Amino acid sequence: MATFGTLSDRLTQTFSALRTKGKLSPADVDGTVREIRRALLDADVALPVVKDFTGRVRERALGDEVNKALNPAQQVVKIVNDELVTILGGEQRRLQFAKSGPTVIMLAGLQGAGKTTLAGKLAKWLKNDGHTPMLVAADLQRPNAVQQLQVVGEQAGASVYAPEPGNGVGDPVRVAKDAMKVARDKQHDVVIVDTAGRLGVDAELMKQAASIRKAVDPDEVLFVIDAMIGQDAVATAQAFQEGVDFTGVVLSKLDGDARGGAALSVASVTGRPIMFASTGEGLDDFEPFHPDRMASRILDLGDILTLIEQAQKAFDEDQARKTAEKFATDSFTLEDFLEQMQQLKNMGSIKGMLGMLPGARGMKEQLDNFDESELTRTEAIIRSMTPAERRMPKLLNGSRRLRIAKGSGTTVTEVNQLVMRFEQAAKMMKTVAKGGMPQIPGMGPLGMGGGPGARSARKAAKKKGKAGSRSGNPAKRAAEEAAKAQGGSAGGAATGSGFGLGGGGAAGNQAPSAEELEALQKFLGR
Amino acid sequence: MAERSWSLGGALRGLFTTPVVDDEMWDDLEAALIGADFGPDLTDEILDHLRSEVDRLRITDPADVKRLLRETIEERLAAHDPTLRLSERPAVVLVVGVNGVGKTTTIGKFAKFLTGYQRSVVVGAADTFRAAAVDQLATWAERAGAGVVRPQQQGQDPASVAYQTVERAIADGTDIAIIDTAGRLQTKAGLMDELAKVRRVVEKLAPIAEVLLVLDGTTGQNGVAQAQAFIEHAGVTGLVITKLDGSAKGGFVLRVQQQTGIPIKLIGQGEGIGDLTGFTPHVFAQSLVP
Ligand SMILES: Nc1nc2c(ncn2[C@@H]2O[C@H](COP(=O)(O)OP(=O)(O)OP(=O)(O)O)[C@@H](O)[C@H]2O)c(=O)[nH]1
Ligand SMILES: [Mg+2]
Repeated sequence: MATFGTLSDRLTQTFSALRTKGKLSPADVDGTVREIRRALLDADVALPVVKDFTGRVRERALGDEVNKALNPAQQVVKIVNDELVTILGGEQRRLQFAKSGPTVIMLAGLQGAGKTTLAGKLAKWLKNDGHTPMLVAADLQRPNAVQQLQVVGEQAGASVYAPEPGNGVGDPVRVAKDAMKVARDKQHDVVIVDTAGRLGVDAELMKQAASIRKAVDPDEVLFVIDAMIGQDAVATAQAFQEGVDFTGVVLSKLDGDARGGAALSVASVTGRPIMFASTGEGLDDFEPFHPDRMASRILDLGDILTLIEQAQKAFDEDQARKTAEKFATDSFTLEDFLEQMQQLKNMGSIKGMLGMLPGARGMKEQLDNFDESELTRTEAIIRSMTPAERRMPKLLNGSRRLRIAKGSGTTVTEVNQLVMRFEQAAKMMKTVAKGGMPQIPGMGPLGMGGGPGARSARKAAKKKGKAGSRSGNPAKRAAEEAAKAQGGSAGGAATGSGFGLGGGGAAGNQAPSAEELEALQKFLGR
Repeated sequence: MAERSWSLGGALRGLFTTPVVDDEMWDDLEAALIGADFGPDLTDEILDHLRSEVDRLRITDPADVKRLLRETIEERLAAHDPTLRLSERPAVVLVVGVNGVGKTTTIGKFAKFLTGYQRSVVVGAADTFRAAAVDQLATWAERAGAGVVRPQQQGQDPASVAYQTVERAIADGTDIAIIDTAGRLQTKAGLMDELAKVRRVVEKLAPIAEVLLVLDGTTGQNGVAQAQAFIEHAGVTGLVITKLDGSAKGGFVLRVQQQTGIPIKLIGQGEGIGDLTGFTPHVFAQSLVP
């Protein structure tokens, strides 16, 4: 069966065809929306949710905000992301603690979702925060679930209330009720109730869960759901909402490579906030949920959005249009080139920009070889030209080139290379402006400034053979890169900086801290 | 949300009372397949196939389309042989999969099934990582009337537990040795290598009869990635689909079968020791397209 590539790849193609159009026709929007629909389905977002969602996106995409945008097609993607983040992060909030008496947190979910492990993680996390949590073994169904909770509790340094042996023996409602008294007597300020996994269609067990809820009157009921779940997420979430009326959601096993569309399904169908992400088997693999990271993950879009935002900030729209025209009409000069480069510099590190591009998938080696000082040299060369030369590179004969080399502190060879590359780049951009595939997919008119560096980088990469296969995730790559930069091994210019915190889309231009990197690695789990 | 309590059965029933083959029917059909986790690519592929058949055979009754769909699915599911090969003595079965899919439970049920046919069984607790995993397996072994080999200490190398299990099966003349392994996400290279090592070590004693990959029936499209990785690292010979007693349909397994060629061999439909059946394409297709 054919593999269809990532959404970014497919959209990049859609975009390149749309790039020169000032306006999006309804048919253009439909094409883009169709790709997004497919990406969401690939990510296991439930179909009714996808329909709802793409309908809203389509409406906004046909509106004014898009047609006025620098690049309408990319603006559509931005809308998609905004909508995703809105749904996923709609009601971001922290754990609700009881005003008096112990805070009670009840866990519920399907079999094998990760409740018991989460109980341990929560306990450890709360304990580190100065609380005195007590775990309650109310899964008396699954063989040896009680022992599992005891072990996990011990690892977390929390006490465990486990009066019944389990394996089908004992009444979980009773245990839950008694636990409340024990917690008060022993002055635990948080009680975490682990319950047996159950199916949404199992009416009897759902009733039991409701009874447990009633017995402990929890401050929070957390619905734990496996990030790998498919279309059934909706039916299951609804069953649990009706059954135990959960107050928050925990997404588990996010350290895998599932795109996790269930997050979107559950959040939009139940309106309950996703509060935590469970990201590994260790008790510390647990963190607050990040809607923006999840949105990128579901769309598999890399940081194209951050890039668009930066580009929009740095570029004057009118000028960008003029540039596009120049490309198309062949009147693009070295002077324009220089100007473009200066604008790019305003945007921060080129390497950073490249690193964020989904089109730059697998370009890790190229990025390693990208030398930003080359840009500085290029700038010096162009500055040493006369305005006439900048406008008409054809004037550049041997003696002029020698003069320029001397003036810029470079060699004639370098000047020659620049002129050659400029001509190639101008040709390439002309193709792009006319709707062909750019050399660096997804960059649009921006590709220009990256031209020289990206070219030599490509050459270097060819020498070394293809870049690693699975560094495709820009955030992960960013982490690797920045880690390298911190280790001081990346040559020359201050590299790591522009990489920001890719996946988080959070930290604009400063290098991520070691902790952030670690969290990111964990989140990505690769 | 418009479609609250959506179900494949409901959608298809509604769909096939529509008297004519029209766009709406095709839309409903698409919704039904997507909703059953076939995934967008396979859904398109099946629908394209159906469309051309409907044209070719000049079908006008949606009921015939439904029959055709069920046949198509059944045919594809039946393309692989679901027979379990357990003829060696001992027949060594390795059970693998991501976390929480139902490996240990499946082993309990499977052991019971085998002892029910007077085969002697020993299970090996090579999940030395997860809390209380060994006890959980021992509980199932007891219920199933099977022997159990436990690690001598917490965190012991899983390969050595697997080795000891097979060693014991050989020494005791046990018919079948089933080895439980820790759940692991297919993206964790180190843990996947560990599985390969378990295989290698066991094969020093006896060939492995079956490597069963357990897939959770509620899984979405990630199931394909799981299967591919486990096939590569653990040499999977058969699939077990669990939790089909819930509302999930498990349509992704068709993609898995098509892309990997590995047959489904067992189906789990509950937490009870008897809730395990063989795989029958007809029944499975029937539940996908009721
Ligand atoms: N409803 C239902 N639940 C099942 C089925 N198979 C397993 N389970 C439940 O799923 C949960 C996980 O099962 P386990 O057998 O512990 O899964 P596992 O793969 O061994 O888990 P780890 O060893 O922790 O990776 C338990 O609560 C089981 O009772 C099934 O076919 N249907
Ligand atoms: Mg297990």
